[in-house]
This record gives sequence, C-alpha cells and structure tokens, in this order.
Amino acid sequence: MMATTVLLALAESQAENLSIFDPAAPPSQSIRTLSVLLFAITGLIFLLVEGILIYNLVRFRKTSAGTESEPPQVYGGQPIEVAWTVAPTLVVCILVLVMTRTLWEVDVTASQPKPGDHALFVTVVGRQWWWEYRYDTYNGRPLGFITANELHIPATTDSAHRPVFLNLQSADVCHSFWVPRLAGKTDLIPGQSNHMWFETRDHGLFLGQCAEYCGTQHAGMLLRVVVDTPEEFEQWLKSQLAPAHDDPDALAGKKAFLSEACVNCHRVRGTSAAGTYAPDLTHLMSRETLASGLFPNDAKNLERWVADPQQMKYGCLMPAFSFSEARRKDIVRYLTTLH
Amino acid sequence: MSLAVEPKVDSEIAAAKTEPVRSWPATLHDWVTTVDHKKIGLMYIGMAIFYLVVGGCEAMLIRWQLFYAHNNFLRPDTFNQLFTMHGTTMVFFMGMPILIGIGNYLVPLMIGARDMAFPRLNALGFWVTLFGGLLAYFSFAVGGAPAIGWFAYAPLTEPAFARGLGTEFWCLGLIVSGIGTITAAVNFVATIIGMRAPGMTITKIPFFAWTMLWTSVQILIAIPPLTAALVMVMLDRDFGAHFFDVQNGGSALLWQHLFWFFGHPEVYILILPVFGMITEVIPVFSRKVLFGYEFMAAATMAIAFISLGVWAHHMFCVGMSRMQDVWFAVASLLVSIPTGIKFFNWLATMYGGRIRMASPMLFACGFLSMFLIGGLTGIMLAAAPFDFQLSDSYFVVGHFHWVLIGGTLFGTFAGIHYWYPKVTGRMLSERLARWQFWLLYIGFFVTFGPMHISGFLGMPRRIYTYEPSRGWEFLNQLTTIGALIQAPSFAIFVWNVVWSYFKGRPAGDDPWDAWTLEWGTSSPPPSYNFASIPTVRSRRPLWDLKHPDDPDWKYE
Repeated sequence: MMATTVLLALAESQAENLSIFDPAAPPSQSIRTLSVLLFAITGLIFLLVEGILIYNLVRFRKTSAGTESEPPQVYGGQPIEVAWTVAPTLVVCILVLVMTRTLWEVDVTASQPKPGDHALFVTVVGRQWWWEYRYDTYNGRPLGFITANELHIPATTDSAHRPVFLNLQSADVCHSFWVPRLAGKTDLIPGQSNHMWFETRDHGLFLGQCAEYCGTQHAGMLLRVVVDTPEEFEQWLKSQLAPAHDDPDALAGKKAFLSEACVNCHRVRGTSAAGTYAPDLTHLMSRETLASGLFPNDAKNLERWVADPQQMKYGCLMPAFSFSEARRKDIVRYLTTLH
Repeated sequence: MSLAVEPKVDSEIAAAKTEPVRSWPATLHDWVTTVDHKKIGLMYIGMAIFYLVVGGCEAMLIRWQLFYAHNNFLRPDTFNQLFTMHGTTMVFFMGMPILIGIGNYLVPLMIGARDMAFPRLNALGFWVTLFGGLLAYFSFAVGGAPAIGWFAYAPLTEPAFARGLGTEFWCLGLIVSGIGTITAAVNFVATIIGMRAPGMTITKIPFFAWTMLWTSVQILIAIPPLTAALVMVMLDRDFGAHFFDVQNGGSALLWQHLFWFFGHPEVYILILPVFGMITEVIPVFSRKVLFGYEFMAAATMAIAFISLGVWAHHMFCVGMSRMQDVWFAVASLLVSIPTGIKFFNWLATMYGGRIRMASPMLFACGFLSMFLIGGLTGIMLAAAPFDFQLSDSYFVVGHFHWVLIGGTLFGTFAGIHYWYPKVTGRMLSERLARWQFWLLYIGFFVTFGPMHISGFLGMPRRIYTYEPSRGWEFLNQLTTIGALIQAPSFAIFVWNVVWSYFKGRPAGDDPWDAWTLEWGTSSPPPSYNFASIPTVRSRRPLWDLKHPDDPDWKYE
C-alpha cells in the first residue's frame, strides 16, 4: 500500500514530456530528422575549429621569455583562402537543400473539408490569456460549437489518417501555438489567419504553452491537446454538440448566473448567456483544468475562482464580483452541473 | 612620434594625466563641455559600464524569480518590466555605447588624426545617448517601465494593451538615443573616409577602423527605420493613428518587419567592432601579421551587406510563404560563409606564431571558443523548420546571450585589456584579469548552457514562472547559479580598472610591442594625439619603424 502510494507520487512528480526530440506527429518528426543533420554538421565544425584553436595554443604558445626574434610573417595565401570560402559554401548548399525539403514536409497547405476526408478543422483564437477553439468540421461534417483551453483531436489509426488543420487567429495581441511533440510553433496574429497541421497515432495528453510574449499572464497561457481514439472522439463531439445540461437542482444558481454580469462575457448555449469575450461554459465540467491549464477544474477551485480570479491568475481579465457567499455557492453549484 | 619602450616613472604619468591641478567644478566643467574624442569616448564607456551594472542587476532579479517553480519573489508585471528593460538596456545603453566609445577613443589615434571629423557633433551624440537612456529609465518614476519586451511587438504596445506612460518614455528614450547613435555613425564615416594620415590608403587602415566604418554604415541604414517605427507607435498611442491598431485596419506584422529590419543589422552592429578588436589583438599577441587582410576586409563588407537581407529569420513562425522562409533562411546561412572566413584567418594568424597569453589574448581566445558556439547555434536557428521548434524558446535566449556575451563581451574585454595601458599609462593587474576571465568563462557556461536544454524541453522565453511538473526547475537553478558565479567577475573587473588607475604598473607608450599608430604616441595620449602627423606606408607603421630592414610595405 505504502509502496503504491510512493510509486503513484513518483509518477505524479515525473516531469511532463514536452521535448522536441520526442516527436509524435509528422511535422515534429521531420524537424527532428533535420536537427540530427544540423547537430552532425555543426558538431563537426565545432570539433574542427576548437581543435585547431587548442592545437595553436598548445603548439605555438611562447614558453620562455628568451627568444626575441619575431616568427616568420605570413601575409596570406590565395589558394587556402579560396579553399575555406568554398568549403563552407558547399556545406551551406547541403543545408539549404535538406532544409527546403523539410520545409515542404512541415508546411502543408490545408485541403478543403469534404465528406470522408477524416480531417478535423478547428479555428483557434488566441486571447489574453486563454485559447478559444471553434470546431468547424470533422470528416466533412459541419460542427459549429465553441470550447476553450482543451483541444480534443482524434488519433490516426491504421484504417484512416485523421489530420488536424488549425486555422490560427488572434482576438487581441500576438500569441504562438506550441505543442513541441506535435509540431513547431505558429504565431496567432491579429488581422490574419495562419495555418498549421499535425496528426498523431499516440493517444493521451500533449502539453505546450503560448510561445509569443503576450502580456501579464503570458506564462499562464498553457496548452493541452487531448488525443482520443476515433470512437472516444465521436462520443466527445456528441456531448459537446448537445445543449447545456439543465439540472433542476441548480435552478437558483442558474437564475443568479443569468442575472449577473457573467452573461456579458460568457456563453452557455441554450440560455440567455451569450457573451463572446470569455470562455464558453456550455460544457465547462467536461474540461479537466481551469484558467487555461493552471488548476484542476473542481468545485473547490471554481469557487475560489468566482470569489477572486486575481488571486489565482493575477492580471486575468475577469474581475472579482464580491457576490455574497450564498450567491457564489449557488453560481458554483450551477457551474458544476454543466457537464 | 616617439617609440620609447622604457616605461615612464609614476610622476611622469601623473603629470600627463592630470595637467594642472583643478578644482572639481572646473574638472566637471571640462568634462561636460569637452569635444575631445578621447574624453567623449571615455564618457561613453563610463555610461556603458553604469548601464551594464543596472542591466546586470535586472538580470539577477529575473534569475532569482526563476530559481523555483511558482516563485513569488516578483509580481508578473514587475518581471515583465524587468526583462523589457534588461534587453533594452543591454542593447541600446550598454552594447552600442561601449563600442561607439571605444571607437571614439581609438579611431582617430589609429588612423593618425587629431580628433573626429565633427567634434561638437560628437559631444552632442554622447549627451543625447546618455539622456536617451535616462529618459527610458524615467518610466520607472511615472508608474512603471513598459512590459512589452525589448522588441515590443505590436499590438501589445497599443494603448489598449500597454496602459501607463512607460511605453511613451521607452519610445522617446530610444528615439533620442538613436539620434545620438546616428550622429556617431556619421562622424565615424566622415573621420575614416576623410581624415586618415598621409599614405594611409583605404586598403591600409587598421582593421578595427575598417570594422567601425562598416558598423557605421549599418547604423545609418538600420536606425532610421527603427526611429520611424517608434514615431508610428507614439502617433498611435498619443495622436490616435492606427498604424499598428489591427481593429482599425492597422498591421501587426508591419511592426515586426520594421523592427527586425533594424534588429538584425543591430546584431552585427554589436559584433563587427568586436571582430575589429579581436583582429587587432590576435596578431600582436601571436607576433604575426594578420593572415589574409584583404579576405578579412571583404568578409566584413559581405557581413555588413548580407545582414541587411536576413531580418525575417526572426519571423519564421508568423506564417510567411515557404518561398519567403527559404529566402531568409538562405540569406542567414550565407552569413556563415564570411564569418567562417574570419575564423579561419584568425586561426591561421595564430598558426606558427609565438603566442603570449596575456589578458587581452586570454579574452580573445575566450571569444574564439565561445563565439563559435553562438555561431553554430545560429546555423540551427537559420534552418527555418528547426526554428519553428526553437524560436521564442529558451534555446534562443541561450543562443543570443552566447553571441552577445561569448562574442561581444569577451571581445570587448579583450579590447579593454589591450588598450587600457594606452588610456591610463598603467597596466591592469594580470592576476585580477585572470580571476575575472575564469569566473566569467565558467559562470557563462553554467548560465547559458542549460538554457539551450530548457528550450529543447519546451520552455518558452519571457515567462515569469513555470509549472513544477514541467521538469525545468533544475535547469533554471543551474542557470541562476551560473549568474551568481558571473556576478563577482564584473565586480573584479570594475575593481581592477579603478585600482590599476592609481596603483597599476607603469605601462610605457608601447607595452605590447604593437604595430598600429596609437602605440606611437604617449600613454595617455596628449589632447592633440600626435605632435606631428605621422606618414604611413603600410598597415603596420610601427612594424616598419621597428624593422627598417624588413618593412611591411615591401609585401603589401
């Protein structure tokens, strides 16, 4: 029992894996292949140049103060100069060719969605300091729901490739989408749409975070990509497409929520809360974390959050509302029913 | 021109140094009103060292915050202000001023002139740079420094996102100090083109002067676009313009192009003069003429030109077309060719020489061994797809500190240790210099080496804290410990400079047995530099004097 607890704790404390050298998708795999070549070439240059430097220092270091005559003066030599101009040029040529091939592998133009393509199209909107995901189409089927901070995608299987095409936009300042094990980063820039692509066979959670400085909580803008099996993903789509759960036990909380300023920013589909400024709460409890990946999403943290978001994520754009304790508890009770 | 090799006695140095004894207001008045290129150069260097300490303290605060995951030492906004000001300070108020200052002191001496071409403009340039720096720092007094990062990406600088006056003072400070930088560049170009000693054709100028010439050309091309862009930010913020206001049809990318069109040449502005210093130091301490002067000179020009066409390699992730990515990647990789030529020529100069490991050469070797690594990680970043992973990660932070400290700072220390005896008439303590070198060298590896690895492990730059579960804590602790090892090195340097000024061994005019004109006048040089303007026949006029039987001009 004790041992299990220790093992569990160890597993918990084990570092999360965000290494660019442990790729799980074609773009990141191509980049790792390129990096091997780069490490090999730069490593050889490093050994060559540092080797000559050390040789010079050992071989030609003046040891005694005795000899006064100057060494022979050599002013240069055209053949050797040409040689060490041409050699790096050849290395550059090789690098350019390999790099260009990798670029064409990584930077794939998105196809148009059509039925039977098994492709998922999601519009990602970067916001200070969280991620909005608008699910556009899957397998040619229009979806049209909005969620936040946790991107669910289907895994590629032997039966079908399931590529994910992200359409990256920003609502305020520049952000950057970086999940190192899936792909290199692409910036989200206001006023333009960028695109990125990946697919993976590995189930589970892939982590990352915003990589372009975007203000106070740049550090608190974490990314979570959940890779489901195709069946799980279909299930998840179905639950997300459903209207908000309406629990009669939480009626007081719902009334409170809808009568407060919450509705100016948040949306709960099927109610009068239709704000577009803050995360969509329709299926809030289907998400594992709160505040863009910073805290586990449970009743306790939700209550702390509603009481004073600034205590949990300083600088975030949601103010504290000074609800009475009863009203706060009602609202949180309502939120916890939004499965 | 004297060639006295025997050191002067203390009283002679004191006499040369202080002139008639003056009251402190008179001395102050003298320094504030001086148009002497040497005094202005020293004031630039003094300003740079002051800001080095300020920027260094900011770095220490940043590092302490990152020592633990979820550390609460600094508030997020404070942290963001500190890294903004750390970058701004080190680039604009430390990096450029120290190089311009050293150039100001040395260029006229090296080319046999009595002053810069425009002495009063020179004074204006210094004071404007100094007050530009103070203006930017005034932001702390009006509600906080800007928290926008040193490259201040739009639209984060728009009034909606950066409230408070910090950004205004930052813009003003950079506009004003930019005017100072431009005047200095104009002055260098005019001086180097027009005021060389008789016989010193453009192909015979000392290498440091050659690199200052091309640095100045880059400054003249790179700073005006930055100034224009800063004015646009201020128009947006204070006069309701919409250059970068995306909601009103402005463009966020426009700023990135304008900024990096300045920002990338800036990197070479910070490294070319250092190439020049290294190219002066290595031959003298290897006792050999520079190998392949013409190729080195051409490589400098090539770097200056190519670097004007590489700016968007800072922007590989903004969604450019693949062809644009290829263009900027190729241009960036091309820079490695002339840089490689330089490295091989430096090594060929050392080859077959008689190397003296005095402190300038020690720092020059530090430069060679470290700048190489910074250059090689630069090749990795230039390969666009790999940059998709590395860009804006801690790998980049490690890379550019490796270039700017391993390159610019080590090279500048080589130069300072080389020319200090000329400026003061006294030698720096070799023992202290060695302590400084090894603490900096080791501390440097421990600080910036782990940054590359935290970048590989997914750590983005500019985050005020990180999750404990990420596995970055140990690497960050190493980095902070490295910074703590480096800190005393800078203290030793400042102490060495001050102590040696009063107590150092008298140096004489030419302590290193060197070959360029500045070693032909007294140490410190008189205000008019040369009693009579020397005539030059080769790139090493003092070699010709010392070896009348085998002068350089026979071979050039």
